[in-house]
Amino acid sequence: MRRYLPFIIVICVALLAVGGGAFLYRAKRSANPTPKISKTETERPGEIVHVLGPADAAVTLEEFGDFQCPPCGKLSEPLNQLQKRYNLRVIYREFPLAIHAHAKEAAYAAEAAARQGRFWQMHDLLYREQAVWSKSSDARALFNAYAGMLQLDLGRFKNDMDGSEVQRQVELDQQRGASIGVKNTPTIFINNEAVPGPESNPEQLPGLVEAALKKAKPSS
Amino acid sequence: MKSARSTMSRSRAQTIFYTAAALISLLGLAEATYLTVVYLSGETAVCGGSADCFQVLGSGYAKIGPVPVSGLGALAYFGAFTFATFAGFGYPRARQFFTWTVIAMFCMTLWLLFVQAFRLHAFCRYCLFSAALVFLLTGLVVARPVAETQRN
Repeated sequence: MRRYLPFIIVICVALLAVGGGAFLYRAKRSANPTPKISKTETERPGEIVHVLGPADAAVTLEEFGDFQCPPCGKLSEPLNQLQKRYNLRVIYREFPLAIHAHAKEAAYAAEAAARQGRFWQMHDLLYREQAVWSKSSDARALFNAYAGMLQLDLGRFKNDMDGSEVQRQVELDQQRGASIGVKNTPTIFINNEAVPGPESNPEQLPGLVEAALKKAKPSS
Repeated sequence: MKSARSTMSRSRAQTIFYTAAALISLLGLAEATYLTVVYLSGETAVCGGSADCFQVLGSGYAKIGPVPVSGLGALAYFGAFTFATFAGFGYPRARQFFTWTVIAMFCMTLWLLFVQAFRLHAFCRYCLFSAALVFLLTGLVVARPVAETQRN
């Protein structure tokens, strides 16, 4: 028996490592859904609009968000679910608030990722890791690392983050928000109608989307 | 009689030595497996709000081609564990394999520490923990002949 004991121990450890790894992998995969396909549309000259979902969707949900705002982070996944469930057209607009130290940089990071076709991946990553980079003294280094994880061209990403184009894009979104009365984040519009306090009551969103769908297609 | 007692105590010391080496390797295996899973699932490893982990684990040095370095680390730790276990059960060949595996791991650890210190200017806590484990294993390998010589 003693002769076979090392074989038994090694096989048990191998099975445990492979089984444990597979279990952990499945748990992590189910916790992190597959990244979305990034889609950007140009609305005005020089302006990029981040859109998810079909262009001819009956309902458009427009969000003004701040990556460092905790309620925006909490709302991120419910909005993802909503988009999938109702096949919505979701538009994300940058609205970094001055009270958040790293919000503007995070918006720049998302816009710089957009220039390499990875806006929504960076969007999801920034919200998922919000608790980490928000408290960091060197958030910029984290954003660079996220860019690395998304396999972006790091040199280009850094240049874009510091570039005037990306900063102009964030300003354009903010101006648009201010012009239609956005003051806080998250502010959500469903078919151009403002949703009151979405962060305090995200459960109301499916009902509002269904109502908008009925309104858009009264015959069905 | 004296010789038999000496052989027994040497055998016991060897068992303790290789058990310690196997346990250290197990710790390393668990950590490297975790990091491999994190890499494969596309998640970011959290290091208590520090940017360094992301900088290191997200860098080009964290993979060789499509293979994550943590995956190679897991294989190396599993190899060290296997050889330590067999050596503990008295397989003489396994001792040599164990020594060479640890030497290879030590060299790789030195390279990774160099990369963190001088190329990335950031240290990942997981990598430092792994480096500490490899140094412990190396210490055991270095101390082993001394202990055996003293006994002889």
